[in-house]
Amino acid sequence: MTGSGALGAAAIARRVRSGALRAEDVARAALKVIAEAEPRIEAFLCVLEERALEKARAVDASVAAGRDPGPLAGVPVALKDVLALEGVPTTCGSRMLEGYRPLFTATAVARLEGAGAVIVGKTNMDEFAMGSSTENSAFKKTRNPWDPTRVPGGSSGGSAAAVAAGVVPLALGTDTGGSIRQPAALCGVVGLKPTYGRVSRYGLVAFASSFDQIGPLARSVEDAALAATVMAGRDPLDSTSALEPVPDLAKALGGDVAGLRVGVPRAFLGTGVEAGALAAFEDALGTLAGLGVEIVDVSLPTLPHAIATYYLVATAEASSNLARFDGVRYGLRARGARDLASLYGDTRDLGFGPEVKRRILLGTFALSAGYYDAYYARAQRARALVRRDFARAFAACDAVATPTSPTPAFKLGEKADDPLQMYLADIFTVPANLAGLPGLSVPCGFSGGLPVGLQLVGRAFDEATLLRMGHAYEQATPHHEAWPPAAA
Amino acid sequence: MARVTPETVARVATLARLSLTEDERRLFTRQLDEVLAYAESLAALDAEAVEEAALPPAGESLREDEPRAGIEAERAIEAAPDAADGLFRVPRVLPG
Repeated sequence: MTGSGALGAAAIARRVRSGALRAEDVARAALKVIAEAEPRIEAFLCVLEERALEKARAVDASVAAGRDPGPLAGVPVALKDVLALEGVPTTCGSRMLEGYRPLFTATAVARLEGAGAVIVGKTNMDEFAMGSSTENSAFKKTRNPWDPTRVPGGSSGGSAAAVAAGVVPLALGTDTGGSIRQPAALCGVVGLKPTYGRVSRYGLVAFASSFDQIGPLARSVEDAALAATVMAGRDPLDSTSALEPVPDLAKALGGDVAGLRVGVPRAFLGTGVEAGALAAFEDALGTLAGLGVEIVDVSLPTLPHAIATYYLVATAEASSNLARFDGVRYGLRARGARDLASLYGDTRDLGFGPEVKRRILLGTFALSAGYYDAYYARAQRARALVRRDFARAFAACDAVATPTSPTPAFKLGEKADDPLQMYLADIFTVPANLAGLPGLSVPCGFSGGLPVGLQLVGRAFDEATLLRMGHAYEQATPHHEAWPPAAA
Repeated sequence: MARVTPETVARVATLARLSLTEDERRLFTRQLDEVLAYAESLAALDAEAVEEAALPPAGESLREDEPRAGIEAERAIEAAPDAADGLFRVPRVLPG
């Protein structure tokens, strides 16, 4: 392994802060490894060579001047291309925003840079974060480093593949229905979706505003905790960012997990989980039990309705959020429109890909007169029931465990023509978004040579317990030490 | 529950300001019908007794409304596909 991914974010930052390692050398190495790996993985939409070297030199200058550059000093980070970085192309994987350069930087990204992180590039994604395979990108198909004929998951597939291949130790994703956790699982890395409100959404191009959260993908729970701590906390620029105090999540690691209780919704695991993924999950429960974690049965009776609920409410929000892409203020404009109505219609037909159109239509339908009560309102009540299920479950346990995804990575093209099948693959991840709860995916083994993930969903604002449990599990297993064949 | 017809899709597309081709309309009619048929399962849920979910609670969210500088108009139109005299330019809205 030559990539900075092998060292990890925490170790890089420690060495850069102590002067043992120069941030510029780390950045140069990362840029070189990206260039080498990119033809195999195709994870990046743009690489920010000059900007990264400049930021890295600034970190080194801080160290030389005796100032502390911060807990992520010199750590190369890749950003999902849905996060705004001032002056840098931000496409959301869409023709609609090709060439668009935002005038501001996302708060989460600004906080990472403020802590010394070095942004090296922006990663591929499903268009506007809509998809579970990254195949909906208008620009390229990212490949799973474990098997280049398979998808990396999505929608944060570029970020997951980049971390899995070892080209960066840390990347940001966003998670509306599983878009951090599912690609993390399919690529064999750690992914954390924080509690709704934990991380500011300012500068995140909105998909579904009551679901979206920014979170880290990393090779270790410690690195994910480090990044989450830096990004979390109230931001006056996002009214939904929470006032809750933010503990040092990396410090929460290493404690005893004996006596913690993990709930398993057995009835929900009955069908549809691939045998190898289920076996790895059962093994993981055994490992947790061996650490003194008590495994209990919980009932989450509304979960069979989670997919239907999610795809009505999230698309309704998307249909509203994506109304802003009108060909007037920024982004693409269709040529030759006769009037304003056809300018809007033609621009949107030209700029959006099929999945985005499908979701805009579905959401508009669910909100439209005559259908609102039967679809949107009913789904919002189902969402309240999902929340109630979790609240009741947490009376009996500290986290709910399921496989992150019902299957390992599928083949490129396998589900591309069947939207409903693609949606059903999100069955284990959408409940946490419906309830606004934090979710963590950690590698828990392999099925047929492909990685699978263990998902832990916790109480609101209790990322600390999830990370502590995930870290204890990680340290007790060898899965996180495995490297894919396509690693840098 | 009414199933999705090409007319439904055309009406919804108009509401969503999406010009669709004939092929797209046909494809989306079938696919939306499949997804909505799947979503019919929600009708079986005993949910009448609960309130519709609102945004997950995120604490006190309001700040003082204090005037401050934002992005200048000149910069804000830099990214526009068509601008003139500091304004966004669009096709004629009124006849004449």
